[in-house]
Amino acid sequence: MELNTYQQEAFDYQRKNIETYGKRAWGWTVFYVLCILAGLYALYLQIAKGHGVTGMRDNVVWGLFIVNFIFFIGLSYAGAIIAGILHLSKVTWGKPIIRLAQFMTLISVIVGPIFILLCVGRFDRMHHLFIYPRIQSPLTWDVMAVVTFFAGSVLFLYLALIKDFSVYRDAKLNIPKWKQKLYKILALGYRGAASQKRHLLISQNLMAIIMIPLSIVVASILSWIFGMTLRPGWHSTIFGPYFVLGAVYSGCGLLIVAMWFYRKMYKLDYYFTDRHFKYLGYIMLVLAAGYGYFTFSEYFTDWFGSEKWDSELIHKLFSPAEYGWWTFFANFAGIILPIAIVAIPATRKPGPITLVAFIMVIAMWVKRYLIIVPTLETTLLPMQDTRAEYVKYAATWPEWALTIAGIATFLLFFTVMSKFVTVVPVSGLEDTHTQHEQHQLQHEHH
Amino acid sequence: MKQEEINDKGRRDFIKTAAIATVAATACGSLACSCSSKKATTGDKVKLLSPNGEIVEIDSAYLKHEEHMAIVSKLEAREGIAGKKFVMVVDLASCKNARSCVSACQKWHYRPKETEWLTVKLLQDSEKAAPYWFPKQCFHCDNPPCVKVCPVDATFKRQDGLVLIDNERCIGCKFCMAACPYSTRVFNWDEPDQPFDIRSLTSNPETGIPAKVGTVEKCDFCPDRAREGLLPPCVEACPNGVFYFGDENEDTVSNGLETVSFSQLIKDRAAYRYQEELGTKPRVYYLPPKDRAFPVEKGYQDADSAIKERFKDYKDLLEAKE
Ligand code: SF4
Ligand code: SF4
Repeated sequence: MELNTYQQEAFDYQRKNIETYGKRAWGWTVFYVLCILAGLYALYLQIAKGHGVTGMRDNVVWGLFIVNFIFFIGLSYAGAIIAGILHLSKVTWGKPIIRLAQFMTLISVIVGPIFILLCVGRFDRMHHLFIYPRIQSPLTWDVMAVVTFFAGSVLFLYLALIKDFSVYRDAKLNIPKWKQKLYKILALGYRGAASQKRHLLISQNLMAIIMIPLSIVVASILSWIFGMTLRPGWHSTIFGPYFVLGAVYSGCGLLIVAMWFYRKMYKLDYYFTDRHFKYLGYIMLVLAAGYGYFTFSEYFTDWFGSEKWDSELIHKLFSPAEYGWWTFFANFAGIILPIAIVAIPATRKPGPITLVAFIMVIAMWVKRYLIIVPTLETTLLPMQDTRAEYVKYAATWPEWALTIAGIATFLLFFTVMSKFVTVVPVSGLEDTHTQHEQHQLQHEHH
Repeated sequence: MKQEEINDKGRRDFIKTAAIATVAATACGSLACSCSSKKATTGDKVKLLSPNGEIVEIDSAYLKHEEHMAIVSKLEAREGIAGKKFVMVVDLASCKNARSCVSACQKWHYRPKETEWLTVKLLQDSEKAAPYWFPKQCFHCDNPPCVKVCPVDATFKRQDGLVLIDNERCIGCKFCMAACPYSTRVFNWDEPDQPFDIRSLTSNPETGIPAKVGTVEKCDFCPDRAREGLLPPCVEACPNGVFYFGDENEDTVSNGLETVSFSQLIKDRAAYRYQEELGTKPRVYYLPPKDRAFPVEKGYQDADSAIKERFKDYKDLLEAKE
């Protein structure tokens, strides 16, 4: 496949990343695998001893696992929406970051559902979901949604990779035979013929058009698992859009973090420019404002209406003796801080933006915790239970170990993928730098 | 014609095998516990199929009638008892937190002390209002939020109004627990502790036993007893006749002491359903705690310390009047 000089340059610059795995990557890989092994030990305990090893009990029936599920699945939907929009839009600056967004999509949609398996009491019976499906249940909708979405994101990423695979195949890379063969198979005989180009582009556009509404639908369905129950704080008509926005928002933050990380590690300053941080920062700002607006509407309506059940929840969330500080952190670090940092020109730099994005992603995780746990701790009938663990949820170490293992799996996938394909797509690239940037960056680049 | 004959034979064989299998399961269970009690043997040997597929021969003295033998197939257990519409009325004016209902329920279902399908809460509707004891079990809602959300139809609504659980189908997603606004359901977080002969029974939604790890369970209104015309153990055990159980279609309910007209009872005593506004349409009616048979403190004073501990938030209220 023919590359123009700009693309060729991008490829040559990155070829060493996919030719060798590297000491550093190996180091991290070992570390992640160790984390995963610790998680597997916790899983063994959970299977051998039962779910009693977790902090979940009859009132708080869902805990960290569901929080992680929402968190990762949210990232995934966000990645698909962002990648879809960037693919379809005419703005060329977005092209280099599409692949990172797609990585995020595919990897999180693999890691997220693992937490559902950890959460259900009988994962040996998961096939019941398919042999006795009950279409009325929002959980069945979610199973269909996630499966569809998974298939979609595999296709979407793969279609975007075909051209690159043909580049890797033809490049005479210094790599083992099997890898060469794999590239050859995956390139599907793509030669860059006009008809191939056209078909590929049409399929890619089609997938992008499908993925954007699909993400919105599946994120809403995820929210309905909660919204369709009669619980305070969950039974809300805005839950669908609230979850969609929350997903895209946290995903945007993680994309910034990933961009910063790869820029540092692979010295990709030429492709992930300051402008990228600025633009994604703007998007983050807008999303933060939107998310803040939704959050405010939620809390304000519940507080003002002051129904007994709702007030109790609001009291829990805002009283410093209970979740007050967490609510403060989630809203301050999750909404106000990103807005402030991006709004102030002096801090509108890659470093500060990445830092707040990182903190915001954590705050968004906490926010999910605040959506799940306090509501389950607010029961209609008084609990009148003397067993402390039944009244208040406290995550146990196996739950934390499995959470860390999940994050490690996520990062491990990222590491492996970035060694298999280039982080910046080669074939779809266009020179998008402004004159000024070109001048400056060329200087550092060479 | 031929085909029909074969089918018929097939069915008969099936029923026979099924019967042997159930008896075997029960017998093997009871074998383990009755061996020590040195029963007089009858010399009458019976061939049985053990749970692991071996034919064993045991003395008929070791066969015991098992109360909890599933009497209907799983399919029938999903259908429900034709023509019935079970209903319960709870008389709050007569409850004194005696908790005989709770222990009777636990005993009948072989559940440990911590597992309460039926529990007694202390409610106080508003600050100035008098507190009262509130026995609470599954309401077998007619618009059950728990059933709506189950992804595998493991929890289902029957034609006789009961909401039951098939714990061999349940995947333990706990969605139903999150959905039930009344915190009715309990989960088997660990391997449930139950007698060996219970554990080896075949599970059936109508009996709720044996309990299975990683699945949900709850009050089932004891349909296995209803089939035999018996009242649920909680109803029978209550010394104050708090629970009335019966059939809405027949318009009769009984608390074991008296049998009355259901419609008359709920009319005369101004019955209400708990949190009607949630739209769940419970099948359990409450008679308001008016003209009480016992002062509310009685239920607190007579309770053992572990139970007292549950109501420590209301201590001032309950002890001041001592
Ligand atoms: S009380 Fe709860 S468990 Fe029972 S039927 Fe109603 S919603 Fe379901
Ligand atoms: S826990 Fe079992 S009964 Fe409850 S919703 Fe899930 S599968 Fe259905």
